[in-house]
Amino acid sequence: MIIELLTQIIFWAFVILTVGSAIVVVFSKRIIYSAFALLFTLFGVAGLYVFLAADFLAASQLLVYVGGILTLIIFGVFLTTKLHGMSIPEQTHQRYLAIIPVAGIIAILFYVFFSVDWFAHASAAEPTTKDLGKLLLTTYLVPFEVASVLLLAALIGAMRLARPREEDQDD
Amino acid sequence: MTDFHVLIAVGAILFALGLLCVMTRRNAISVLMGVELILNSAALNFVTFSHYTAGNLLGQGMAIFIIILAAAEAAVALAIFMNIYRTISTSEVDRADQLHG
Repeated sequence: MIIELLTQIIFWAFVILTVGSAIVVVFSKRIIYSAFALLFTLFGVAGLYVFLAADFLAASQLLVYVGGILTLIIFGVFLTTKLHGMSIPEQTHQRYLAIIPVAGIIAILFYVFFSVDWFAHASAAEPTTKDLGKLLLTTYLVPFEVASVLLLAALIGAMRLARPREEDQDD
Repeated sequence: MTDFHVLIAVGAILFALGLLCVMTRRNAISVLMGVELILNSAALNFVTFSHYTAGNLLGQGMAIFIIILAAAEAAVALAIFMNIYRTISTSEVDRADQLHG
């Protein structure tokens, strides 16, 4: 009983953390605040993966998103913002115009979600790493190999793009 | 309202917020953050439906590929933003309107 109550409290805490920090990402005036709020959103999604019995996915979400992508984004913020001791407010445009289609989309999604009977029942929570490994090497073998080639191409392409061009380099 | 409905609602809200971020922000890195929110919402929906209705791991496999694509996309996008910043000294998406700067 007390365990179930505690589980519900932690679940709702992760839900509120995810949605609340996502709101900060979208509406914050400073881009660096957005970047750090994105950290908490990604962490909250990783916590929700734990509640969905996706332990491997939660770990890779933390490693790849929080450890890799977010570090890249924060570096990008530092390297492409002029830092002269003054704060640069983040500019937005068409904010009120953009709310109309977004509200329409969310209304349709919520209508579908809550009007359809989904036959939802939680399946048993088991360790998934072994089965995911088998899945990646059987059902998802071709996408898995294509993804490895894609990562290699992205690695080389990003390095080539980020380096200064030949004529800009000092001899 | 069960946990299932809460989770798909979180997915929908994350998608809407990411879309709003992509549509309203001017800074290219903020737009990239909106794209990350959208990708996360899609992955969360895949995992939720795979856990609650299908009962297998196929949705989690899709979520792994989403994470892989997000990593590749973030690296290449930030390299492009660095180039844009070096060329036109700003990272606003509206200002990058020339093919040869």
